[in-house]
Amino acid sequence: MSDIHINIIDREGVIHKIMAPTDMNMNLMEVIRSFELAPEGTIGICGGMAMCASCQCYILSNHELPEMGDEEEAMLAEAFFVKENSRLGCQIFIASDLEGLELEIAPES
Amino acid sequence: MIKTDILIIGAGPTGLFAVFEAGLLKLKCHLIDALPQAGGQCSEIYPKKPIYDIPAFPEILAGDLVSNLMNQIEPFQPGFTLGERAETIEKLDDGSFIVTTEKGTKHHSKIIAIAGGLGSFEPRKPPIPNLSNFEDRGVEYIIRDPEFYRNKKVVISGGGDSALDWCIYLTNIAESVTLVHRRNEFRGALDSVEKVQELKNSGKIELITPAEVVGLFGENKVEGVSIQIENEIVQKECDHFIPLFGLAPKLGPIADWGLEIEKNAIKVNNALDYQTNIPGIYAIGDVNTYPGKLKLILCGFHEATLMCQSAYQRIFPDKRYVMKYTTVGGVEGFDGSKKEAPKAVVKSID
Repeated sequence: MSDIHINIIDREGVIHKIMAPTDMNMNLMEVIRSFELAPEGTIGICGGMAMCASCQCYILSNHELPEMGDEEEAMLAEAFFVKENSRLGCQIFIASDLEGLELEIAPES
Repeated sequence: MIKTDILIIGAGPTGLFAVFEAGLLKLKCHLIDALPQAGGQCSEIYPKKPIYDIPAFPEILAGDLVSNLMNQIEPFQPGFTLGERAETIEKLDDGSFIVTTEKGTKHHSKIIAIAGGLGSFEPRKPPIPNLSNFEDRGVEYIIRDPEFYRNKKVVISGGGDSALDWCIYLTNIAESVTLVHRRNEFRGALDSVEKVQELKNSGKIELITPAEVVGLFGENKVEGVSIQIENEIVQKECDHFIPLFGLAPKLGPIADWGLEIEKNAIKVNNALDYQTNIPGIYAIGDVNTYPGKLKLILCGFHEATLMCQSAYQRIFPDKRYVMKYTTVGGVEGFDGSKKEAPKAVVKSID
């Protein structure tokens, strides 16, 4: 399996073009952490259980994403700075059909 | 003043296990935690989630892990200061410390073990522009005394258990209760949701969904909130606005204790004993950092064990000691209890 290109805008507005592996069962939150694009302790606080919304992202490209589960939907209903294109990074797993994905990390809250 | 051998800040799994390891060395522990119950994140965020990487437990619920730890440390009679956040630390001339909570409870100990996880849990505050101006002037994030709201008009926002439970509770106390939530669906326990539905039907709760509190108004205190309902903003008079959006951990006052901080965590000497840059203060579990650090409960247990051995040497520099296996030495509780392996029966053959 090959890596995919992802463009991530961090909380300071800086664009990072990164390569994410599709074979490590990683999600977007973990990719952001592995590239240190948000300070530790400000993202992935619950570890990836859709229970804290610290990994909220705005999806900027038109990729078809996995459908939102109940837990993610409920968490986003209580998150702050939520937009139409908000998703929890921990619920989106890196797969080859996400090649070229563009996203912005939502503000810390 | 509470006096103890090791003062542990944070009653999550790592802090709790430290009580056991300290107990084997006959050291008494006292724990401080900002949450009202022990267990840290395991109890507060994911008690019903299974954990699969605790050695010898193929699967265990986080809540059960905490219960087991509480059982394991019971013989060592730890003290608890719960619902209070460790605020300040003072070093005395003899090298010991006094840690004071925000409620003024003082704790004296030679050894401080910070096992604070990602920090103390603080209420999540919604990004309403003038919210902080109204804190303690009609905006409260935690309900301390429900009687405070007697005959008042209260607006609560949030969709989880605490928002629902307090709405239900306050209907018998407050003049009026309004619940504002961004969705029609609620995440709380099913019976709470049904109860709120009943109270709504009987007119005891006003439910405004899908909607969001976006502003506050008032002269010196809250006199009302602005609520966005779709594209319209309506104003609603009230005496109190209580946003209940759960808790998030913040490193908090510990960040100002003079400890070396890196990546929101406390730097420790992992080659030796997880001591910080201040002798006598250790940091164990998710709160610390060192090269190769992994935030795993099992790593926290290991760190707690080494910390206790080092703490013993620090408290009793002249005593000699070698680590003893529990299989050999058993577990002698401070409560007089003793657990030990049964002696082998030796029988002769005639």
